[in-house]
Amino acid sequence: MSEKIKYFLERLSWVDIMVWLFGLAILVIAVIGVIGSIHNAYYTKEQWMDFVVFGISQGGVYALIALGYTLVYGILFMINFAHGDIFMAGAFTGYFLAAKLNQYGIYNSHPIISLLLIMLLAMVTSVVVALITERVAYRPLRKAPRLVPLITAIGASFTIEYTFRGLYGSGVEAYPDMKIFVGKTSVFGLRILKVHLLVIILSILLMAGLYAYVQYTKAGKAMRAVAEDKDVASLMGVDVDRVIVNTFILGAALAGIAGVLYALIFKQVHFFMGFIPGIKAFTAAVVGGIGNVPGAMLGGFILGIFEALGPGLILEGLGIPASYQLKDVIAFTLLVLVLIFRPTGLMGERLSEEKV
Amino acid sequence: MKKRWFILIAVVLLVAVVLAACGKSSYKCEDPYGCVNVAPGQPIKIGAALVLSGPNESLGVDSLGGVEIAVDDFTAANKDWLAKGKHSIQVVKEDSQCSAEGGQTAAQKLAADKSIVGVIGTNCSSAGEPASKILSDAHIPMISPSNTAPSLTAPKTHAECYLRTAHNDKVQGKAVAEFAYKVLGARTMATIHDGSPYAEQLQQVACDVFTQLGGKCVAQEAINVGDTDMRPVLTKIAATHPDVLYYPIFIQEGALITQQAKEVPGLEKTVLMGSDGMISPDFIKAAGKAAEGMYLSGPAAVNNEEFNKKYEAKYGQEPPSAFHLHAYDATMMLLDAIKKVAVVDKDGTIHIPRKALCQALFSTKNFKGLTGTLTCNQYGDCADPKININKIINGKYVPVWPKK
Amino acid sequence: MDSQNTFWKSAVKNGLLAGAIGLYSTLVGLVQAFNKRAVIEQLSLGHITLLLSWGVVAYVFLNHHRESESKGKLIAAGALVGGLGAFLVALLPMTAQWVDYHFVFVHAGPEMYSLLTFGKGPWLGSAMLVAVGALWGILIALVVSLPTFWRDSVVKAFLITITVGLLSDLFTGMTIGWMFQPFLGVEGLNILGAVLVFGLSIAYDYWSAHRKPKESAEAVATEPAGVTKSQLRRMVVGALALVVVAGLPLLLGSYLSHVLNMVGLYTIMGLGLNIVVGYAGLLDLGYVAFFALGAYTMGLLTSTGPLGIAHWTFWEAVPFSILVAMVAGILLGVPVLRMRGDYLAIVTLGFGEIIRILALSNWLKPLIGGAQGILLIPKPPLFGFKIQTPIHFYYLILVGIGIAAFVAYRLRESRLGRAWMAMREDEDVAEAMGIDLVVTKLTAFAFGASFSGLAGAIFASYVGSIFPHSFNLLISINVLSLIIVGGVGSMPGVFVGSLALVGLPELLREFAEYRMLIYGLSLIAMMLLKPEGFWPEPIRKRELREEVGD
Repeated sequence: MSEKIKYFLERLSWVDIMVWLFGLAILVIAVIGVIGSIHNAYYTKEQWMDFVVFGISQGGVYALIALGYTLVYGILFMINFAHGDIFMAGAFTGYFLAAKLNQYGIYNSHPIISLLLIMLLAMVTSVVVALITERVAYRPLRKAPRLVPLITAIGASFTIEYTFRGLYGSGVEAYPDMKIFVGKTSVFGLRILKVHLLVIILSILLMAGLYAYVQYTKAGKAMRAVAEDKDVASLMGVDVDRVIVNTFILGAALAGIAGVLYALIFKQVHFFMGFIPGIKAFTAAVVGGIGNVPGAMLGGFILGIFEALGPGLILEGLGIPASYQLKDVIAFTLLVLVLIFRPTGLMGERLSEEKV
Repeated sequence: MKKRWFILIAVVLLVAVVLAACGKSSYKCEDPYGCVNVAPGQPIKIGAALVLSGPNESLGVDSLGGVEIAVDDFTAANKDWLAKGKHSIQVVKEDSQCSAEGGQTAAQKLAADKSIVGVIGTNCSSAGEPASKILSDAHIPMISPSNTAPSLTAPKTHAECYLRTAHNDKVQGKAVAEFAYKVLGARTMATIHDGSPYAEQLQQVACDVFTQLGGKCVAQEAINVGDTDMRPVLTKIAATHPDVLYYPIFIQEGALITQQAKEVPGLEKTVLMGSDGMISPDFIKAAGKAAEGMYLSGPAAVNNEEFNKKYEAKYGQEPPSAFHLHAYDATMMLLDAIKKVAVVDKDGTIHIPRKALCQALFSTKNFKGLTGTLTCNQYGDCADPKININKIINGKYVPVWPKK
Repeated sequence: MDSQNTFWKSAVKNGLLAGAIGLYSTLVGLVQAFNKRAVIEQLSLGHITLLLSWGVVAYVFLNHHRESESKGKLIAAGALVGGLGAFLVALLPMTAQWVDYHFVFVHAGPEMYSLLTFGKGPWLGSAMLVAVGALWGILIALVVSLPTFWRDSVVKAFLITITVGLLSDLFTGMTIGWMFQPFLGVEGLNILGAVLVFGLSIAYDYWSAHRKPKESAEAVATEPAGVTKSQLRRMVVGALALVVVAGLPLLLGSYLSHVLNMVGLYTIMGLGLNIVVGYAGLLDLGYVAFFALGAYTMGLLTSTGPLGIAHWTFWEAVPFSILVAMVAGILLGVPVLRMRGDYLAIVTLGFGEIIRILALSNWLKPLIGGAQGILLIPKPPLFGFKIQTPIHFYYLILVGIGIAAFVAYRLRESRLGRAWMAMREDEDVAEAMGIDLVVTKLTAFAFGASFSGLAGAIFASYVGSIFPHSFNLLISINVLSLIIVGGVGSMPGVFVGSLALVGLPELLREFAEYRMLIYGLSLIAMMLLKPEGFWPEPIRKRELREEVGD
C-alpha cells in the first residue's frame, strides 16, 4: 500500500496539483453555496424532490440524444455535430402526423397506437436524414484529418436546420395534448407528471435495450470490433461500412424517439430546436465518458439533474440573482470538474485517451 | 498576364464612358441632402433590414410580411401615381440579424445603394443601435417596427432620421405596472426575462413603476432563449407567491412558461401577464388552453383578422410573430411620406428630396394605422401612446383596458 | 449489349437524382425565393437554380460517358436525364389537385405551382416544364460533346456570367459604379452585359490558350539571364499588390470596405486560432471568449456612457484588451492542461458559453450592462482626425493584420513555434524530447487569445456598441471553419478562408433566409473538394497525401 502511495507521489507533478487545486476551489465555492441555500430554507422538501424529478426527465431526453453521439464517436472518433438536428428532423416531421391524427380524433381515442406511429415516422425521418448526411458528408472523408469531418459535420448541421426551415416553415408548431398523459400521478410518494413518468420509463427501457444489443448480439459485437480497430475488424470479415451505417441508423432512430418524447413534454417543435439539446447531449456524453454507452446515460441524467437543481442549490446560496439564467454555467462547470478529476469522463476507459 | 487585363479593363471603361451619356432632367434638386431620382420604368426602392436568419428569424419573417403587404396595398391604392412613370415599389431585403454587427452590415449595404429611399428595420434594438447611426449619416430615414430600447429615441442618443412605430419600453412597462396595481389590485409582482434587451428593459421598467406605485417586486428572474424546462424557475417563483407574474418575452419560451406555470404548485392564484412579443396566433396555438385568462399588453388592434388573411394567402402561414402590424404601419408611413414630398417630372421621373422626406416623417400626425393613430414626436417615437391590455378569452385577444 | 443496358439504367438513375435535387430545391423554397431576383434580364435566379440542379447531374453523368458513347446517344441520354428530372418536379403541380402538399410543406402553394408551370395550368404547363428539361439536357449533351477546350470554356463562361449577374448590384455601390451602369438592368445584368461577360470570358480563354506556348518558350529562352529579371518582376508585382491593397477601399466604396473589414477582423482571429489549432494542435471551440473579453475591456475602458470606467481613448485601451485576453487565455488554459482532443473541444466550447452567459447575466449587470450591453463606445482618434467610416477602419484593421501576421510568422519560425509543432505531432514524444508541455500549451493559448483580444477591441470601437448576443458560439465555429477551409496551419490560408466564409456570405446577405443553407452546403462542398484546404501548408499537404495514399 505504502509502495503504491510512494509511486503515486513520485508521479505527481505540480501541474496536477495546480489543476486539482483549481477544481477544489470550484468545489469549495459550490459547497459554500449549498450550505447557504440549505441554511436559507427557501424551498420545501417537496420542491427539492420536484427539482430532481424535472432533472431526471430532462436528463432522459439528453441521454437518448447523447447515445447517438457516443455511438458514432465510439466508432468513427468524430463529433457528429449534426446529431442534434437529426433529432429535430424526427420531432418536427412527427408533428404533422400528430396533427393529422388529432384532426381525425385518433390521437386521443387510440393514444398508444398513435404514439407508436408518430415515433415510427420520426425514426424513419431521422434515419433517412442521418444516412444521407453520412453518405454525402462523412464517408468520402473517412481518411481525411480529424478536423475535416468536424467541419463537414458543422456544415451538415446548418444544412439540415435550414432545409427543414425551408420545408416546414419558420414558425413554432405545437403537438396536441395527449389526454392520457395530462396531469400528475404519484410514484413511491413522489408527485410526478405522467409525461415525465412515461419519458423516464421509455428512455431507461431503450437504453437497456441498446446496451443489450451492443453487448450481446452479433451486430453489436461487430460494432465493438470496429470501434477497437477498423483494419483488424475488416480482416476478421466484418463489413466496416455496413457497421458504420448500422451505427448511424441506431443513433438516429434513438434521436427520432427522443424527439417525440421531447415533443410530448414540451409540445413545441421548430427548426432550431435541435441545436441546444444537441450541445447539451454532447456535453452529457463527454461527462459520462464519450464512446461509452452506459456513460452516456449516466451523463445525461447527471447533467439534467444538475441543471434543474444546481441554480437553486448552489448559486442562490452564493447570493447570485436570477440564478436560472446561469444554469448552463453550472452544466459546463460540472463538465470541467468531472474532466479535471477524471480526464476521460466518469465511465470512460483509459484506452480512449490513447485513441484521442 | 497583367497586360491582357489592362487591355480588357480599358475596353470596358471605354464602352462604359460612351454608353454612360445620360440625359439631364428639368428638375433641379435643392434639398441639402440631395434627392433620389427614380427614372421611368425604375422601381422606387425601400430597404428592409430585418432578422431573417437564426433563432430570432420569426420576428423578421413576420415584419417582412408586414412590409410586403403594405407595399402591395400601397401599390394597389396608388396605381395612377405610379403608372405615370411605370414605377413599382421594390423591397430590398437585408438580413440585419439580431446583433450589432449584423445591423451594421445591413445598414452599410443599404446605405451604399444610393437608390434606396428609406429603410424599414431593424427588429432587434441591438441591431438598430449602429444601423440608425449609419443610415442617418447617409440621410436615409429608418423606421423600426420592433426596436423598443429607450436609448434609441432618448434626447441625447437618438439618430437624426430614426423613427419607430413600436412602443418605447418606458411607455409599455408603465402601462403594465399600472394595470397590474390599479386594475388587478396586485401588490406583489414577479418577472422573468429572456436576456433580450427588450424583455430585460421592459420588466425592469414595469418593476420600477410597480414599486413606485407602492407594490413590491418579489422576484426578478431570467431564463435563456432556447430553454425548455421552465419548471425549476417557476418553482422558485412559486415560493414567493406573487399576485402577478410578468414575462414580456417571445412566443416559444413564453408559451412554455404559460403551460408549465399551470403545473407548478404555488402559482394557482397568480395572474399571468405578457407583452406584445407574445401577441400572435402562434402563441395561442403553442400555449393552448393554458393561455386562457392571461393578460397581454400591446397596441390597440392587435389581432387584425383581415391582415392575417392577406398574410396567409401570400405566405401560406399565419404571421409568426407580433410586429407585422407595426411593420405595416411603418411601411405605409414611409410610402405616404415619399408620395407627399416626391416631385413627378414631365417624363415620369420621380424625385425624392431626402431631407424633406425625413422632415415629413417626423411631422407625421394622426396617421391612421393598423396599430392605432400614430403621431411622431421630435425624437422619433411614433407609436400610438394608448397601450391596450388584452385578455385571452376563448383563444382570442380581447381588449379589456382602458375601458372605453 | 450489357454495357448498353447499364448506360441507360444509369441514365435513368441520374434522371431520378436530378429530379430529387430539383424537388429538394423547389420544396425548400429556393426556386421560389430566388425567382424574385433577376440575374440576366428576365432570367431569374430561381430558373437558374432549377436548371443547375438538373444540369449539374446531367453534365457529370454525360461527361463520364463522353469518350465511350456516340454523340447521338449522349444527346438522347441528356434529354432523358433532363426530361426525367423535370418530370419529377412537374409531378408536384400535376398531383396538387388531389394532394394537399401545403399541409406539410409551407412553400407548396398556388404561387409555386404556377411558377413551375409557367402559369399555363397543371397539364400544359407540366408538359412545357418537361420539354424545357429535355431541351436543357440536349443542350448540355451538345456542350459536352464539344472539343475539350470549347467545352471547358463554355461552361466556365456560363458560370462566370451567372456569378457576375448575381453579384452585379455590388458594382453600383462602388465608387466607380457609374461605369458599369450601361451593362446592368434593374437587377442583374442586361442582355448586353451578359453577352459581353460571356464573350469576354471565352475570348480570354482563347487568348490565353493560344498565347501560352509562346510565353513559355520566351521564358525558357531568357532563363539564364532572367534571374534578376524575375526578381525585378516579383518586386514590381509586390509593389503593385501593395498599391492595390492600399487603394482598394477607395475603389470599392463603403459597403464592400465594410465587408473587407469583417473579413479582416476574422483574419486576425483566424491567425490567432491558427496558433492554437494549427501550430499547437489544440482544438479550441470557445475562441469567442477572448474576442468577447477584448471587446468588453475596450467598451468599459472607453465608453462615454454610464458604464465607462475610465473614458480612455482607443489607443490607451488596446494594450489592456490584449492583456486581459492573454491572461484569460492562460487562466482558462490551466484546467485543460491534461485534456486532449475532443475533450478539450467541448470544455473550451463550455468556456465560451460561460463567458457569454456571464456577460448577459443580471448578476454582473451593474458592472457590464447585462442584456443592454455597452453603448457609446467612441471611435479611435488619430492626430486630431477621427477614424470613423468603414474606409478609415480598413486601414486600422490592415495594420492590425500586419502586426498579427508578423507576430504569428515570427512565432512559427521561433524555438517556441517548433515546440508547438512537435507537440502537435505527438505530445508524449515532444515531452520526451525535453519540451515543457505546460509552458508550451499555455503560451499557445495566451498568444492565440491575445490576437482575439485585439480583434475584439477593434470590433467594439468599430461597431460602437456591444451586446452579449454578438459573442455566440457561431463565431467560434466560423473561425475554426475558416482556418480549416483555408488549410490548417497556413497563414495565407487564413485569409483565403475568411474571404470564402466571411466575405462570400456577406455578399449573399440579400438571400437572407437561405444564406445559412448556402453556407452549410458550401462548407460541405469545400471540404469534399479540397480536404486539405484552399491554401494548405506545404508540409500538411504532403502529410495528407501520404495519409490518403495509405
